[in-house]
Amino acid sequence: MRKDAQAVLLLLVGGTLLKISFAGTYVRYVKPGLLPLLLIAGFVLIAVAGVSLSQVIRTPKQVPVGTATEHEASHRADEGGHRADQASHRADADGADADDGGHGHQEPRVGWLLLIPALALLLFAPPALGSYQASRNGTALSSQVNSDFAPLPDGDPVRISVLDYASRAVFDQGRSLAGRRVMLSGFVIAGPDGQPYLARMIVSCCAADARPIKVGLAGDVPPNLVPDQWIEVEGSYTDRADRDPVNEDVIPFVQVAAVRTIAAPERQYES
Amino acid sequence: MTVLDTEPVRRPPVEEPPRPPSRWGRLGSVEVLAVVVVIILLGRGWLLSLIESPRALTLITVFVSIMVQALPFLVLGTMLSAAITAFVPTRFFERALPSRPAAAVPVAGVAGAILPACECGSVPVAGALIRRGVAPAAAFAFLLASPAINPVVLIATAVAFPGQPQMVAARFTASLAAAVIMGWLWLRLGQPGWLRPMRIFDPHTDRGWPAFWSSCRHDVVQAGGFLVVGAFAAATLNVTVPPAWLEAVAANPVFSVIALGLLAVLLSICSEADAFVAASLSQFSLTARLAFLVVGPMVDLKLFAMQVGWFGPRFAIRFAPTTFVVAVLVSVAVGWLMF
Repeated sequence: MRKDAQAVLLLLVGGTLLKISFAGTYVRYVKPGLLPLLLIAGFVLIAVAGVSLSQVIRTPKQVPVGTATEHEASHRADEGGHRADQASHRADADGADADDGGHGHQEPRVGWLLLIPALALLLFAPPALGSYQASRNGTALSSQVNSDFAPLPDGDPVRISVLDYASRAVFDQGRSLAGRRVMLSGFVIAGPDGQPYLARMIVSCCAADARPIKVGLAGDVPPNLVPDQWIEVEGSYTDRADRDPVNEDVIPFVQVAAVRTIAAPERQYES
Repeated sequence: MTVLDTEPVRRPPVEEPPRPPSRWGRLGSVEVLAVVVVIILLGRGWLLSLIESPRALTLITVFVSIMVQALPFLVLGTMLSAAITAFVPTRFFERALPSRPAAAVPVAGVAGAILPACECGSVPVAGALIRRGVAPAAAFAFLLASPAINPVVLIATAVAFPGQPQMVAARFTASLAAAVIMGWLWLRLGQPGWLRPMRIFDPHTDRGWPAFWSSCRHDVVQAGGFLVVGAFAAATLNVTVPPAWLEAVAANPVFSVIALGLLAVLLSICSEADAFVAASLSQFSLTARLAFLVVGPMVDLKLFAMQVGWFGPRFAIRFAPTTFVVAVLVSVAVGWLMF
């Protein structure tokens, strides 16, 4: 792998990091707090690529264009007799490719793999995790044990996170939720008997550590809820609860007053 | 799509025969890069329709997430490593570390606490330390200890285990102990021949800014490539291993420790986040979860791939399994003492 190819690759990777940072899509993959580091890394990679490219341009030996065209010209002259040799030549050239770097020591061919995540991010923009990963994993409420609950903020209904609702319902036995109407938003997953649950992913670092928080829906639930549909649920505390079949953890319920379908928010994870 | 797909690939050989074969290998990289981008741009819709399955989509999201999370730390670790290579005089390490390797190992292990980065950052730094003449045993103690005992990770652990400060103490103790034991084991058993020959440090050319930039470029490309391999393996396992399997072993005290140790290897979660995952594995004993926290930052798939890249396969294939055994045993001992 040549020095200028490495530089182009780093330019692509750095540019990808900056693109997902500025477009805001990075919150599908990592927690929002990583933004400064992503920006620094993106600019550093572009700087490294820029310096490497300028080194390539300033060092004539590293630039293959001039010398190669001379070779090409002389070679074309006696092209006819050399066809048969080409296969073996090509094999040699491929074998030498591994260490054809500028320093004469082995240059990393494995670096080409960096194209995969960069192109995946630039061209596919993979979506945030949804019902598939949430249904496979047990609700993660017990990683968020809390015993100290401040009163709910003002608002009627009061908009709180799914995680906040579930912790208050389970660890506070719903005391701080008593007499209040709440508004929760999340996506639909299919519960064990096919009934819809409300779920939200919590992420501490990146989507590889994403775990779901699940809340059951009690009362009148529209029949047309399909997995991955984002909804807004207005309701109140109920002491009904299920056990998640995956890990036997508690799934609290919310008594539903109204359900609205909404567009997926920009930040789909809670933390 | 197959038509679209193969056409741009086949075209160059048709036009190329007049070119000298020596150019084929030389020209390769940048042209191939351009062709790949063109193919993917043309076939984008078709490729997208291929990955309709939610499992494939989840796999891709988890894979790019691990890359996006790890790259900034990899870049910062590489810059630090390049700065060590280019600017820190060898004298500095001769003064900072005891001259006897056996004494340098614990000092280097404790020094790991000052690098506030996860494991992706510590591999290049350990490589740079060896290149600058630090005893490999000491560099390995640093490599293993740093991602687990730095303040950022310990604070995250305290947040994830509220009301259980002994988990933080146990993690610190067990990780440092395992790292130092591995350093001493390397002194007794390690063969220099297992390590990929490192580029010898040349005090005349490996100095200053040119060396810094070239070391950054080379190291990010190399480590990044191996990171891709590890991240893909980890993402695959993340979306294929059914969590229900864990339930089956949670009740058995012996299997549960080994199972969570293996899970840490397979999931390859960043050491700054693994405590939250450990906390959610509430059906497991504290000792088993300690093993998860001690093993994870020392041995996991992406780390193994990066060690292969940095220190060579002959090294990684011996070092990683030994580290796993030592980390599990130390976790059991510390868990037995503290919980």
